[in-house]
Amino acid sequence: MPDRIARGVTLAFAATLAAGVVRAGEPYGIGRPATPQEIAGWDIDVSPSGAGLPPGRGDVQQGEAIFTAKCAACHGVHGEGKPMDALVGGIGTISTPKPHKTVGSFWPYATTLFDYVRRAMPLNAPQSLTPDEVYSVSAYVLFLNGIVPQDTTLDADNLAKIKMPNRNGFVSAYPAPEAGAKP
Amino acid sequence: MRRPRGGSPEPPTRVAALSVTPLQDLCGIITPNGLHYERHHAGTPTIDPLEHWLIVHGMVQQPMIFTIEDVRRFPSVSRIHFLECSGNTQNWRAPKPELTVQDTHGLLSCCEWTGVPLATILAEAGVQPEAKWMLAEGADAAAMTRSIPIEKALDDALLAYAQNGERLRPEQGYPLRLLLPGYEGNASVKWLRRLKLGAEPFETREETSKYTMVMPDGETRQFNFVMQAKSVITFPSGGQRLGPPGFYEISGLAWSGLGKVARVEVTTDGGASWRDAALQEPVMSKCLTRFRSPWRWDGGPATLSSRVTDDTGYVQPTREALLKERDVRSYYHYNAIQNWSVAAGGAVVNAG
Repeated sequence: MPDRIARGVTLAFAATLAAGVVRAGEPYGIGRPATPQEIAGWDIDVSPSGAGLPPGRGDVQQGEAIFTAKCAACHGVHGEGKPMDALVGGIGTISTPKPHKTVGSFWPYATTLFDYVRRAMPLNAPQSLTPDEVYSVSAYVLFLNGIVPQDTTLDADNLAKIKMPNRNGFVSAYPAPEAGAKP
Repeated sequence: MRRPRGGSPEPPTRVAALSVTPLQDLCGIITPNGLHYERHHAGTPTIDPLEHWLIVHGMVQQPMIFTIEDVRRFPSVSRIHFLECSGNTQNWRAPKPELTVQDTHGLLSCCEWTGVPLATILAEAGVQPEAKWMLAEGADAAAMTRSIPIEKALDDALLAYAQNGERLRPEQGYPLRLLLPGYEGNASVKWLRRLKLGAEPFETREETSKYTMVMPDGETRQFNFVMQAKSVITFPSGGQRLGPPGFYEISGLAWSGLGKVARVEVTTDGGASWRDAALQEPVMSKCLTRFRSPWRWDGGPATLSSRVTDDTGYVQPTREALLKERDVRSYYHYNAIQNWSVAAGGAVVNAG
């Protein structure tokens, strides 16, 4: 290619850039940074490590009162279920022909119980419970399952340490099955 | 979902937790928006799009907040993909003859989704190399959450704001949803408000207590994301009735969460002989494919079934083969061949 044409092409390219062409990989500069205060308002999840557990504490006795008032209508007075999911019982049944899935028999992490009660329960007023109330209800459901003793007080330090009966019952199917593998 | 009245809440019911697509009445591959299946975990929220933000945080260089207007400024794409609930098709037990294809397969729909590749928005926040999972959280009453592998988030995941040319319906996640092509529907979190990057899965209720499969050996499989290849004849199907003997065009749908439909075979004699069905173009990845097969009905009893092979070579299993591997305890991801029985008078019933 003669120099003159090459220079012309280069100049044309530069002119195009100047006219607003976006280069691949360049940030778009859309959106705005989130402040730590903003993040704190949204960041309600709790991980198996206990990360995300809020300050507070609650015991079995307080949990019973809250459960009776706000949970028993759906889950039964003793967490036996109906009309909605059973929360209590069935420990040891998961590997039998008739698994009875409850928080006690099936759920692998106590943190999941805390996280789910905090974000989604009670169904008619989710996210209305205080951290203390969520600790209390969690303690009561775990007590009903015989996983913690009646004098238990739960907080951010001990909740994630609770070993659920089915903790080792799960295997991950991810990464996705290879081509041709059975479902 | 009933609302509490006068401070004395009624117990919730399971009413309206799901609705199913009338596959028997639809042509082609596109599901009209009003007929898309619905599955809610705590109702449909009413969201003012001006008040709805998406926050991206956790293991990122710069936590970011995007308004819906922001999201719509990014370069967009439109893609046609199916969504299927992994609880679709409960044929584990003895088949109920009265079930229609809407009953058996109606937690399945297919739309053109428009939005921003999730990778584009994640790049704006800068994903840290240690981030392996992404928590997606909805703004529904359940604040529903799922953990998504980072590989999927950076591959073909979409932040969708439109469906078949119009903005999302409220029931489909207005104003913003995650769309994970080929994954079980629950993972495509609706009313999306938060994405948090982390090193480990978050072990939410929907990936431990639900959407997990108890296997015959007692182990429970979690993170069963991919919807394996599956097909179903939509005409003739359960509850329909053929007229006089003679020509009928068998028609149905095939799909795979791993790629494209490569082949669909049809049998009208209960599996004694199979023939290739015609595939309606375009055949697209992780998308419904319409298939058709001409049939001259002699007026006698017949059993109709379809069998799909996807472009990975995976062949849809028979019910017997699937039941050998796992059973009703696994509940989710039933993808076996569906059989319809045609009686001498022309009545069609579910044969499992």
